[in-house]
Amino acid sequence: MSILTVSNLTKQFGGLVAVNSVDMTVEKGSITAVIGPNGAGKTTFFNLITGVYQPDNGNVQLGSSSLVGLKPHEISRHGIARTFQNIRLFSNITVLENVMVGLHKQLKAGIVGTLFQTKRVREEEQLAKEEAYHWLEYVGLAKHLNEDAQNLSYGAQRRLEIARALATKPKLLLLDEPAAGMNPRETRELTEFIHRMREDLDVTIVLIEHDMKLVMEISEQIFVLDHGEKIAEGKPAEIRNNVKVIEAYLGKSAVTPA
Amino acid sequence: MNKLTSKLKGNKLAQIILLVLYVLITSLSLYLAQASVTAFLLLLFSLLLLYYTELPDRLKWLIAGVVLIGVIPFVSSTGPGYQSYMEVATVVGIYVAMALGLNIVVGLAGLLDLGFVAFFAIGAYTYGIFATGQAANFMPFGTFPLSGESFWIFILIGCFVAALFGVLLGIPVLRVKGDYLAIVTLGFGEIIRIVFNNLDKPVNITNGAMGLASVKPPEIFGYQFVYPNQFYFIVLAILFLVILAVRRFEFSKIGRSWKAVRENEIAAQSMGIHLVRTKLLAFAIGASFSGMMGVVFAAKQTFVDPTSFTLLESITILVMVILGGMGSVPGVILGAAVITILNLQVLTEVTNYLNQLSLDGVISFPEALAPAKMQRFIFGAILIIFAIYRPQGLIPSKNPVFDEESLKEGSKKHRKEQITVEPDKGFQA
Repeated sequence: MSILTVSNLTKQFGGLVAVNSVDMTVEKGSITAVIGPNGAGKTTFFNLITGVYQPDNGNVQLGSSSLVGLKPHEISRHGIARTFQNIRLFSNITVLENVMVGLHKQLKAGIVGTLFQTKRVREEEQLAKEEAYHWLEYVGLAKHLNEDAQNLSYGAQRRLEIARALATKPKLLLLDEPAAGMNPRETRELTEFIHRMREDLDVTIVLIEHDMKLVMEISEQIFVLDHGEKIAEGKPAEIRNNVKVIEAYLGKSAVTPA
Repeated sequence: MNKLTSKLKGNKLAQIILLVLYVLITSLSLYLAQASVTAFLLLLFSLLLLYYTELPDRLKWLIAGVVLIGVIPFVSSTGPGYQSYMEVATVVGIYVAMALGLNIVVGLAGLLDLGFVAFFAIGAYTYGIFATGQAANFMPFGTFPLSGESFWIFILIGCFVAALFGVLLGIPVLRVKGDYLAIVTLGFGEIIRIVFNNLDKPVNITNGAMGLASVKPPEIFGYQFVYPNQFYFIVLAILFLVILAVRRFEFSKIGRSWKAVRENEIAAQSMGIHLVRTKLLAFAIGASFSGMMGVVFAAKQTFVDPTSFTLLESITILVMVILGGMGSVPGVILGAAVITILNLQVLTEVTNYLNQLSLDGVISFPEALAPAKMQRFIFGAILIIFAIYRPQGLIPSKNPVFDEESLKEGSKKHRKEQITVEPDKGFQA
């Protein structure tokens, strides 16, 4: 069963076609990778799905509902969460509060309840703190709960972004270069962690990644973008030997010996 | 000195004794040496000392209440300077509330607003128009001016009208960000002032540049509020509610949403935060504090005209927030108090002193450096010094500290529901 169906998705910036009629189907519960050389339109593709950009053409469908025209916060409420290539944490607030923001859409406190600190609001707030702490435990950041997010190490910041995204209880989790800047050991741990997330949390994962080892190891389905167009899709073994993909990464001379 | 502070740290009894001694001495000196500005300022300073003690919060509030409600009005009441001290304290209170309102917009939500005084003006005119005969010009029914007893309702009305204008301003303005937002709000502030200045025709609503004179003083059960020492208590009561509200908002879902939007709009949105609603709420709540104090201001001055609401006022309030520490409630309170007292008391005292010296022939100032002109210069110099040496503000904002142990217990119940794997293991980079 497919959870995300993208059809004919197109986005132009002036004369540049960043994403050109891309079709994609993501199976529920799968781990899918989107790869491609720099500037292939992968992050734009994510931004189109999450509503940061509006597509010029085409459709994005999550389950049975179309996401086109929705604002990012509405799409988040439909059950899509993401991390960012250039980490976007709330730098000057604490690690725990960062995750609590991820829980906001399930909190019901309004102005009046907040002003009078009703019992319901206080209980809800306490529960949110506990749940946020639980997510920190899950990604192994529990002992940093009171630090400012900006003071975490690079790898820890990436994990915090994941924790924050998980707190929104997504059906679909988009990871934009989760392994960027990680050393081989960290990447290996990340690989395990992504597998574990899927099993524990019943979440479908789509990731953009440049680390081919990680991509080949982890993904069940791979989509390859180049110059905004989908040039290949398939299982890791198929992609590895795809002529078009090798050409896109290494140039024509790599496939047709001179 | 360092030894002394380290000894004091942790010793609550010593802290209380010193604080009480300090309050006693300053109170006595104010009581005996009337019209001594220094003693009055030192007495106010005790509140800052109180902030730095390590007493429980409730006790701090209690002591602050005793000092503000009992000690300050009482010990300054006997001398000729009484009303002028109370006037200063009242104005400080009005500015503190406004600065706290602006702090929500600028400090928490990160929206630079250069026209904040507009909401103060809206509050002031809301009461001014209906508490003078002015409303009779355009209202088809009712008799005006309304009695002074309506003042209490108008505090609420001013609050809501200002909040409404906050939203109305916000809807078009929030399409722009950063520097552009600052320019647009600056424009809004000026528009409001100029509209009030010109709304005497075709229908005379605001009486234009002439202003609204003899605004009815507040009244309750036949008791009239006319003097600063009476307004002092009104301002104190409102201020207490404002501070309570600010603290509750700051550490709630709403406050966190503001901070998230301030830190990173795109990330906040993708976490499900409604950007426009969150920003509008900041504008509305910030404006509402200003609107309430506008009503008090109109009643206190008994006169409202557009010249009280210039751009310089907006800038002054912004300076209070930045000097005190953006996003920091105690900082902003201190910032507002420092700036107001500097402007109203210290700088005028210094000017008077220098004038006296030059009159006595001790020193002579060239025309260009006349003490009255130096006042703004000194003010500016102080701001620059603070900006260089305390860029985070007088009391920088602090993040809440959560108790890990209690959360550890609570998080277990979430674990059972979803997670089967041992947490904290695995994926430790």
